[in-house]
Amino acid sequence: MFGLDKRDTGVLIIVTLLALFAPIILNPFPTDSAMAQFNAGYPDLMQKFVIFGIFAIGFNILFGLTGYLSFGHAAFLGIGSYSCVWMFKLLGYNVIPGIVLSILISGLFALLIGFVSLRRSGIYFSILTLAFAQMCFALAYSVLSNPRFNLTNGETGLQVYANDPQWFHRDGLPDLPHLFGLSMRATQKIQVGAWEFQLNAGYYMCAIVMLICFYLAIRIFRSPFGMMLRAVKSNQQRMNYTGLNSRPYTLAAFVISGMYAGLAGGLLSAVDPLAGAERMQWTASGEVVLMTILGGAGTLIGPVLGAGFIKYFENIFSKINDNVLHSWFAFLPDGLEDFMVFIIHPFIGKGWHLTLGILFMLVVIYLPGGLVEGGQRVLGWFRKRSAKPDAKAGKTEPAE
Amino acid sequence: MGILEVKNVGKRFGGLQALSDVNLSVKENTVHAIIGPNGAGKSTLLNCLVGKLIPDTGSVMFDGQSVLGRAPYEINQMGISRVFQTPEIFGDLTVMENMMIPCFAKRDGAFMLNAMPMVTNQKEVLERAEHMLEEMNMAEKRHMQSASLSRGDKRRLEIGMCLSQEPRLLLLDEPTAGMARADTNNTIDLLKEIAAERDITIAIIEHDMHVVFSLANRITVLAQGTPLVEDDPENIRGNPKVREAYLGETA
Ligand SMILES: Nc1ncnc2c1ncn2[C@@H]1O[C@H](COP(=O)(O)OP(=O)(O)O)[C@@H](O)[C@H]1O
Ligand SMILES: [Mg+2]
Repeated sequence: MFGLDKRDTGVLIIVTLLALFAPIILNPFPTDSAMAQFNAGYPDLMQKFVIFGIFAIGFNILFGLTGYLSFGHAAFLGIGSYSCVWMFKLLGYNVIPGIVLSILISGLFALLIGFVSLRRSGIYFSILTLAFAQMCFALAYSVLSNPRFNLTNGETGLQVYANDPQWFHRDGLPDLPHLFGLSMRATQKIQVGAWEFQLNAGYYMCAIVMLICFYLAIRIFRSPFGMMLRAVKSNQQRMNYTGLNSRPYTLAAFVISGMYAGLAGGLLSAVDPLAGAERMQWTASGEVVLMTILGGAGTLIGPVLGAGFIKYFENIFSKINDNVLHSWFAFLPDGLEDFMVFIIHPFIGKGWHLTLGILFMLVVIYLPGGLVEGGQRVLGWFRKRSAKPDAKAGKTEPAE
Repeated sequence: MGILEVKNVGKRFGGLQALSDVNLSVKENTVHAIIGPNGAGKSTLLNCLVGKLIPDTGSVMFDGQSVLGRAPYEINQMGISRVFQTPEIFGDLTVMENMMIPCFAKRDGAFMLNAMPMVTNQKEVLERAEHMLEEMNMAEKRHMQSASLSRGDKRRLEIGMCLSQEPRLLLLDEPTAGMARADTNNTIDLLKEIAAERDITIAIIEHDMHVVFSLANRITVLAQGTPLVEDDPENIRGNPKVREAYLGETA
């Protein structure tokens, strides 16, 4: 289907179904139950899942295929966000121009940064990209926000003010980001028994964009261009002596992944019209590296899983506090209860980074292929178990 | 005029004069061997031909055009393919993919943004790669990851990859180094076949005299960075200067 082979079509269909039914799948616990805090099916978080999914899918095109590890991709995320908010300020709240501009501008910046950074490889490349991203951060945070020329609005972050031109804004259109009148905040709440599901317009728009991005990534992976990118990772020397110029290949991959990042940034602004410099900070660049490696670099679905995993931890684990813990362990004798809370305390709330760090280390050491490899191992284990009875049957046959 | 003309080439590494005043002319459709003791500068000379090193002095002409100052991929596109001392292949890719990449390079040139069509739709490239694999007797290994091939098979694959580009000049740097006897003989047979059946010039650097005398039509002996003699194989065998500089050492 769509020019994909059977397996890739299967993967695409699964991801499509997951994205469509995410509001239901991610809300497995009744609204009033104690477990409800583990529900992730609310618009804010689901939007983050798919937007950071796009970011990671794009990053994986560069890192997973060519092996070039960029430590500065958050710069493109930020550039995308600013571009989109500027379109809101100048043209109006329709998200389309903003999203288009965020892709174009980040692509332009990626061309520039990639052209310089790709003169080196390995750790030097990573450091160059990091340096560029920190420069962008500094520019956005202070340099480009002075009274005479205020492009980024510094610490406060760029946002839409009442006296902005918004040339195409008309009465009757929502005073918030919208898609031809459909507000990104529009949410349909569905009550099913004790459960409540929220179908949000912003989420579904982002999910559709993510599916398109995912489909394009599959096409790139399976194309001659994708094969060349894998050749770059495998043996650049042989590539150069085979009459291929690796530089434009890596640059094209860099620009494509930069555009994915810019698109993700644009969508972040589209669902919440505010762009701040912290989006460009090195921690944000590191996060997408973690997502990709955690999920499985070089695999199709890994980055999406990694992005979901990390965003889930960030939003759910960070909300568990000591009161919640006490209520969980209330059935234990008092001393033991306090002890358990004491033990677990460092790993929750603000300590979610610690939990994530430990999980990341475990995955990198025991599952170098990331969550995808974990999934494959579990599947393989089940197959073996179900294959065993057949093997026994096979053995008895000759005796008959 | 040979297809490859090397004139007065010199190359210095710090205090070491690795090559000095090298003159070499390789005639079209011959197998030209370059021999010499370890450290004579054979690999350095080869690196000067393919753009990995730029000589300090002299000129290198291929088919009437200078190769100096061009990037390795440009020199390859001119028609020079190179086989390395240790096989350089795309270890993470399958054998078939390894063979397809030079076929793409031949068809599309140094760069082509071919990002939406599927590899499986590239009929001519697939056929060409498949054909070459069959010629190399590797068709049944097409789905293997190439890193898991034996040393001899890796060498075969690398030679096949070079040939699939239909180069006019094939450069080989000690293609049998570190190989078992059987693999060495297979490689000799393969190269003989290539030289006989194809419209191709081969320049080979070799340490193993058995390989040299089974293949070469012409031999240049390199010692301490300068050519000692250039002659036909029969004369090289009897030349006392060569025996002293090279054969005497190994015998
Ligand atoms: N990149 C380099 N830097 C410094 N010295 C080198 C370099 N490459 C080769 N040499 C030196 O040049 C001489 C010739 O080396 P090489 O061409 O590899 O010899 P051969 O291939 O004939 O054994 C050796 O003494 C070697 O140590
Ligand atoms: Mg050598």
